[in-house]
Amino acid sequence: MEFAFTDDQLALTQAAREMLVDSCQPADLRRLLESDEPRDDARWSTINEMGLIGMLAPENAGGMGMTLVDFIGIAEAAGYVALPEPLIELAGVTLPLLSRLDETRGWLERAMAGAVVAIGHPVNPLVADADTADALLLGDGEDLHLVERGAVALTRTESFDPFRRLYAVEWTPSPATKVGSGWGDTADRGALLAAAQMVGLAQRCINMAVAYAKDRQQFGKAIGSTQAVKHMIASAQVKVEFAKPVVHAAAAELPLGTLAARARVAHAKIAAGEAADVAARMAVQAHGAMGMTWEVDLHFFLKRAMALNYAWGTAAAHRETVVERVKTLRTGPDATFASELA
Amino acid sequence: MKLDYTPDQQRFRQEVRSWMTANVPPARLPSFDLTREGFEAHRDWERKLSEGRWGMVTWPEAYGGRELDLIRWLIFEEEYYRAGAPTRVNQNGIFLLGPTLMEFGTDDQKARFLTRMAAGDDIWAQAWSEPGAGSDLAAVRSTCTRDGDEYVLNGQKIWSSRAVFADWAFGLFREPGSERHKGMSLILFPLDAPGVTRRPIARMDGELVFAEIFLDNVRVPVADRLGDEGQGWHVCMATAGFERGLMLRSPARYQMAASKLAALYEANKKQLPASVGERVAQSWMDAEAYALSIYSTASRLEAGGTIGPESSTNKIFWSELDVALHQTALDILGSRAELVAQDQGNAPDDNWLDGYIFALAGPIYAGSNEIQRNIIAERMLGLPRA
Ligand SMILES: Cc1cc2nc3c(=O)[nH]c(=O)nc-3n(C[C@H](O)[C@H](O)[C@H](O)COP(=O)(O)OP(=O)(O)OC[C@H]3O[C@@H](n4cnc5c(N)ncnc54)[C@H](O)[C@@H]3O)c2cc1C
Repeated sequence: MEFAFTDDQLALTQAAREMLVDSCQPADLRRLLESDEPRDDARWSTINEMGLIGMLAPENAGGMGMTLVDFIGIAEAAGYVALPEPLIELAGVTLPLLSRLDETRGWLERAMAGAVVAIGHPVNPLVADADTADALLLGDGEDLHLVERGAVALTRTESFDPFRRLYAVEWTPSPATKVGSGWGDTADRGALLAAAQMVGLAQRCINMAVAYAKDRQQFGKAIGSTQAVKHMIASAQVKVEFAKPVVHAAAAELPLGTLAARARVAHAKIAAGEAADVAARMAVQAHGAMGMTWEVDLHFFLKRAMALNYAWGTAAAHRETVVERVKTLRTGPDATFASELA
Repeated sequence: MKLDYTPDQQRFRQEVRSWMTANVPPARLPSFDLTREGFEAHRDWERKLSEGRWGMVTWPEAYGGRELDLIRWLIFEEEYYRAGAPTRVNQNGIFLLGPTLMEFGTDDQKARFLTRMAAGDDIWAQAWSEPGAGSDLAAVRSTCTRDGDEYVLNGQKIWSSRAVFADWAFGLFREPGSERHKGMSLILFPLDAPGVTRRPIARMDGELVFAEIFLDNVRVPVADRLGDEGQGWHVCMATAGFERGLMLRSPARYQMAASKLAALYEANKKQLPASVGERVAQSWMDAEAYALSIYSTASRLEAGGTIGPESSTNKIFWSELDVALHQTALDILGSRAELVAQDQGNAPDDNWLDGYIFALAGPIYAGSNEIQRNIIAERMLGLPRA
């Protein structure tokens, strides 16, 4: 039993985090919005050069063969900066799925080199980043199809998160596009990585509230010296502290694929979603009227948190998995870890 | 990250389990807060534990321990709660004073106190709070006046858990004339010393869970001061760190309660809306989250890490989870919730009402949750003091 990250994992996370924080400040987000480009090409190539995209793809496919545990801190960091580029889904969800398919007509290799393959999982009715994708991985019943961007019709639906590019997709399956069947653990991976991003988003909201509360004066003193404000912020931090270990455990346990492991992922999604929700609303409150504005950067993080809370399965849906686990598997102090219930 | 137990750890779990199966009293012991008899029954249990060298498993062997790491400590606690073993009557001693003695005690003090503590021969009470010094502990006014190689203790302590029947207490005293954090000393004194008067305080349900302690010219040797003279505040804060950090509330307690809650729900669910099942699941999740967090802290500490102000988040989390969990149980009982335990019709160890009353105190003791939130805001997040 060793519930800790290795030094290598911490160092890799740290390097990725520094790169993301440096290159993805709120001012960068605003600049990107003004330019009307879907993504920052310079940042995307840095991400690519650092090898982050292929981290979880197997080595024999040119990837780094790493695990979700290696990647989970990077997903938190991507949440922390509200990264507009689709690194997390591509590296953590799509590539591992592609690499399990017998044959992808070269898309695995292309994706590893930075081509975007968007993913249309039945849990999410709209496909994110479909417009900038080179191809889409779509489901038709149990069958999986890889369809080139040119072969689908996209209708943009506007998310209030300006960096979420969501599309309704019309397409026709054919034997030529079929690449396999069964989504495997894709939905769980999506949910877990959304949870990790929400942990990062929650911490970002808290840090912004702290910075503002130190600075903003009312009644002749910083509002952050006022206990009502302090306690509101501290309560949000408690939520984050107890979502984080669940997310980390879920990353380690997800590959077991059992009900216990899936319930851990569901728990992670619920707990991180609640932490992000509490932290985002708390941060708006701490900012007062400023918190409601476009000028203050907070909304970028609030919106992403809200979007991820509803993506890859709602809390209500995940709760059913947890209820199922509590009903049907052993509970109690000797049943903490999914491996104990195999 | 390896989230499964090593074969050694599994064997250790089995060892604890067999011992508990063979030794845990089959019937619930009488309360240690109501009668001397109940208290002594618990002392006997402490003695039995120490005979098996289970009194305090993380302690050095020299003091009756097993020098186990924190992961094994967690496994021990899991099996302890799983077996339904009695609540530790000496928890203030073993979980709070013990680690403090280990860090600040002289060799003589360690030899005199630790073994007897682990053996249940001395049951300890914590005598910090005073009528005018609760959250504001630096306001204590009880004094220690130096007289040669003795201190003369005077003053009044309050809310001292288990002090009604306990043998010894560790108290916070100040040099006459000193103010706030300066001039305080942590002093160990026997509760039957001349000049000590104890007045039990009945909790709202009538149990005598705590006491007032009056000190009238109580003489204790200077050798029974823990830590340096005037350093009492510093020593106490270390103890408070143990209290909130890890030892005071191991997760197994809440996981066991969540498990029983799930069983209570199963037995009653025909009459209940599905939303109650979701609250049961929420309590289970919270107990799991607490366990995972403690496992991750323990792993970090084992690897040489330290525990900081973030430990204040633990105290808030377990105390709030405990209240919510018991409230859910009472909601399941519905109109039976108000009945005293023996009339609720549950198994005797499913005393949800008692658990609820106890849970209500969680956000108050060991530093109230308001104080913990101040600590998180100021020391963990760096917000300015008022
Ligand atoms: C079951 C139980 C067992 C206990 N056992 C022991 C024991 O063994 N030994 C011992 O020494 N003590 C013990 N205590 C006492 C406990 O430590 C104190 O009750 C606690 O520190 C709070 O102090 P108080 O009761 O004087 O409340 P007060 O300090 O008067 O506080 C009352 C309320 O005001 C709030 N408050 C106070 N100051 C602030 C502030 N600065 N900011 C925000 N809110 C504030 C508190 O959070 C609380 O809600 C026990 C208490 C209980 C309930």
